[in-house]
Amino acid sequence: MTIETDISHKIPHPIGDNVPRVDAREKVIGSALFADDLQFGPGLLYARIKRSTLPHAYIKRIDTSRARQLPGVKAVVTGEDYPGLIGLYLQDRYIFCRERVRYVGDPVAGVAAISEEIAEKALDLIEVEYEPLPGVFDPEFGASPEAPVLHPDLGQYEVANFIFPEPGSNISNHFRVRKGDVEAAWVQCDAIVEHKYRSISQSDVQVIAPYVGGGFGCKAGVSMEALAVAIAWKLRGRPVKLRLTREEEFYASFVRQGVVAHFKMGCDKDGRLLAMENKFFWDGGAYTEYGVNITRAAGYSSSGPYDVPNMKTDSYCVYTNHPVGGPMRGFGMPEMHAGLEQCIDELAYAIHMDPVQFRKINCIKTGSTLITGMTMHPTGLTECLVKAAEAIGWGRKDPPSAPNKRRGKGIALMWKAPAMPPNAGSSAKVALNEDGTVTVSVGGQEIGQGSFTIAAQIAAAALGVPVETVRVASPLDTNYSPYEWQTVASRLTWSMGNAVSAAARDARQQILEMVAKAWNEKPEDLDIIDGKVISYRSEESIPLKNIVIYGISLPNNEGWVGGPVLGRGTFMPTYVTGLDAETGQGPRAVVHYTVGAQAVEVEVDTDTGKVEVIRGVAAFDVGKAINPDMVKAQMEGGFVQGLSTALFESLQLKEGILQNPSFVDYRIATSADVPHNIQAIIVETPQDDGPWGARGIGEHAMVPTIPAIANAIYDAIGIRVGAPPYTSEKVYLAMLDAGLIEE
Amino acid sequence: MAQHAITLTINGEWEQVVVPSQMTLLQMLREKLARTGTKNGCMAGECGACTVLLNGEPVNSCMVLAVECDGMHIVTVEGLMQDGVLDPVQHTIIEHGGVQCGFCTPGILISARALIDRNPDPSEDEIREALVGNLCRCTGYLRIVDAVKDAAALSRQAATL
Repeated sequence: MTIETDISHKIPHPIGDNVPRVDAREKVIGSALFADDLQFGPGLLYARIKRSTLPHAYIKRIDTSRARQLPGVKAVVTGEDYPGLIGLYLQDRYIFCRERVRYVGDPVAGVAAISEEIAEKALDLIEVEYEPLPGVFDPEFGASPEAPVLHPDLGQYEVANFIFPEPGSNISNHFRVRKGDVEAAWVQCDAIVEHKYRSISQSDVQVIAPYVGGGFGCKAGVSMEALAVAIAWKLRGRPVKLRLTREEEFYASFVRQGVVAHFKMGCDKDGRLLAMENKFFWDGGAYTEYGVNITRAAGYSSSGPYDVPNMKTDSYCVYTNHPVGGPMRGFGMPEMHAGLEQCIDELAYAIHMDPVQFRKINCIKTGSTLITGMTMHPTGLTECLVKAAEAIGWGRKDPPSAPNKRRGKGIALMWKAPAMPPNAGSSAKVALNEDGTVTVSVGGQEIGQGSFTIAAQIAAAALGVPVETVRVASPLDTNYSPYEWQTVASRLTWSMGNAVSAAARDARQQILEMVAKAWNEKPEDLDIIDGKVISYRSEESIPLKNIVIYGISLPNNEGWVGGPVLGRGTFMPTYVTGLDAETGQGPRAVVHYTVGAQAVEVEVDTDTGKVEVIRGVAAFDVGKAINPDMVKAQMEGGFVQGLSTALFESLQLKEGILQNPSFVDYRIATSADVPHNIQAIIVETPQDDGPWGARGIGEHAMVPTIPAIANAIYDAIGIRVGAPPYTSEKVYLAMLDAGLIEE
Repeated sequence: MAQHAITLTINGEWEQVVVPSQMTLLQMLREKLARTGTKNGCMAGECGACTVLLNGEPVNSCMVLAVECDGMHIVTVEGLMQDGVLDPVQHTIIEHGGVQCGFCTPGILISARALIDRNPDPSEDEIREALVGNLCRCTGYLRIVDAVKDAAALSRQAATL
C-alpha cells in the first residue's frame, strides 16, 4: 500500500523542515499543564495505597475498621470490593489483591481522605495479616518444574489469541521460532560461540490527558489508573487524586523486565552466519500486562538484524515475585541486543574477521527472508553501519588521554518493529476555523517525542497551509479526541501521521470541490498553496478564511456552495498476519522494522575502573525525517539513556525487596556524565506505508548502546565485564580478575 | 498544627499566605497558590524539577519550609518572562530544541538563570556542573548545555546595551 504523496512536489510544505516544537513556548513559560497541575477545587480528596510488604504470601485477614474511623477518611477499598480480573493481553490480576500478594508493592487496600497526610495515617491503621509463601526471584528457576506456581489459575485467565501461557507452570507466554535445521547447521559451522547473559535488571470512563512527562514505558497500559478509578467509584461526585511518590514509582509502576538470555551462534570460515539458537527467560514479575508481548517481540526479532538461515528460539515470559515487568524504552530490544551484539563481535573475532566487515556480510538487507518468513522491506541498515563506522573512525586507534587509561571503540546494530496488535489503528480530524486557521484533533499523546509538532507539519503539508496556522487540540479528552490505539511503540509519526494526512487530504478535497463548483472548474485544476485556493487554469485565487466556514455565494443570487469544512482520516494496518504457534512462521510478522547502528569510543581508567564514553555516533534509518532536528534530538536523548543504562542503572532486588528506590541510590546520567560529542546521522530509505515514507524513531535510539559500549570496553581492555551496568567497581574487579592490573 | 502567616514576594508581587509548619515552599506554591509551573518530581531534593530562586539563589523548593521564606523573594519559572518577552534562557532552549516532555524544563531554566546571574560567561564545564542537580530523561543534556551557553552570550549583550 502506498500513501498518496503526489501533492508534495507541487506545493511548498514543511515536511523535512526543522519546524519549532508547537508545545515549546508553554513549556518554557510554566503554563503547560501536566496531570498533577489540574485544579479540582476544595472538594478534592487524596488517595493513598496500602501495599504488600512481602513478595509472596496468602492474605489471612484485612481489618480496615480503625482506618475507616479516622476523621477525614472518606473511603477505604480492598480486593473484596472489586472481584474482576484485569490485564492487557492476559487477565491475571485484581485491582486490589485478593487471597494472595505476589510482589512487594502489590496493592492491598486504598484510602481516600481530605488530605494526603490523613490518607497516609489511615494506611498505618489498616491491619493485614499474611502467611508467607516461598518466592520466585529468578526467571530461569521460575520456568523450571521445581518452582512454586504463582498463578495456579493461569489456565482460567482470559488471554489474547497470540499469547501462549503454559498452565501449571509460571510460564505466561512461550514464543517459538523454528526456521531451517539448526542441528544440521552446527555441523557446517567453522566457529560457534555460546554465551549466557544476565541483562539489565529490572465507555464509562472519561480520560482527560494533559501533557505527560517522559513516558518511556512505565506509563503505558494500566498500572495506577485502575486504583484511582476504584477508589473514586465509592465517592460519587468527589474528585480523587492519586499521586505516587517517587519511591512508589520505582516498584509500583512497570519496571524493565530482567532477562536471562542464552545465545548460540555459528558461522563458516568466510563469515557467513549459518545458525542461531536462542533461549530467553524474561522476568515478567508478578503479573504480565505487556510482559507477554515483550516476550513475543523478542522472539520474532530474536536473530537481531541478521540474515540467519537456521534459527531456533524459545522466548519465555516467567512469573516471579518481582515488581511487574513492563515496557521500558525499547520493549525488550535493548536487553536482547545487549547480549546478541556482543556474541556477534565474539564470533567475528573467532574467525579473525573485523566486526564491521562481519556485520556487513550478515546484516539484513532489502529482500532478506527474516526468521519468521517475512520478506524485509527496503532498508538502509548497511548504510547506517557504514556511516557509523566511518564517523567513529573505525580501525583507527587514538592514543589515550593519560598513561593510566586505555581507549577502545565499539559498534552495534539494532532493529525493532512496533510491537502491537496487528490491527492497531489511528484516527484524526482536521477542522478549518473562521479565520482560516486549522485545528487538528488526534488521540495520540504528546509525551515529549514531538507528536503534536509532527501532526501539525503533516496536516499543513497535506492541506496546503502554513504550519504556523495549524493548532493541535489539547488536552486530549476521550469525549472528543478521535481514537488512537496507544501512544507507544514509536508508532505515532507513522500511524497517527497517516491518519492526519488522510484527514487533511479529505478536508482539502472538500474545499477543492466547493471552489470548483463555484468557479465552474474541475477540482484537478485547483490547488491549495499557502492557505489560498488557486486555479492553474483561470489563475483565480481565494484565501481559505473567506470560504471554509461560510461557503461561497454563487453569482446572481443563485444560492451558496460549501460550508464548514471538517476532514476525517483513519489508518489501520490490515496486512499483518498471524504467526504459527509452533514455528513462529507467517507471511508478515510486523508492519516494519526501524534499523540503526551506534558506535562509541570509550576510555577506561585502569586505576579506578571508570568508563568514560568520549564520543558517540548514532545512525538510524527513519524512512523520512519529517522534522530532522527532532529526529536528531531523539537519537541524542536515546543515546544518553542507553549510556545511563549501560554505566549506572540497576534495580537492586534482594528477595523481592527493592534496595534502591530513589534517585540517589538508583543513579541516572546527569549533565556531567554525557560525552561532549554525539553525532546523529539520518538515513532515509522510504517506508511504503508511512507518511512521506516515514517510520518511527524513539525507542530505537537506545537499543544498541549497551552492546556498543560493552564492545568498546572489550576493545580497550580485552575483557567482557558481564551484565551491565559497567560501574567503576565492576570494571575494576574484572580487570583484577583478568590479571590486567594488580591491587 | 500550628499555622503561620507569612509575607513574601513571588515573581515580584507581594503575597500574604497562611501556612502550616510542615508545609514546604513547593507545596505552598503548587497546592496553596496554584502556581503549578514549578514541578514536583521527587519531594526529596534529588531531581531538581522544583528549583526556584530564593533571594536569588537556586534551591530545591521541596527542601525548604514555607515558613522559612517569610520576608523573602521567590522567582519561579512563571517569573522569567518579562512583559511578554522571553528570558534568554527560555528563548535559546527553544532554539536549540532542548525541550521535550518539558517536566524538568522549569527547574533547568531557573538553574540556568541563576548560573548566568552569578557567572555571566560560564564555560561548558561550569554549565554542566550548574545543571548537575537537574535530572532530564529525554534530551541527553547536550542541547540544553548549548542553549545555556548562547543564553549567557545574549544576556551579556543585553547588559552592555
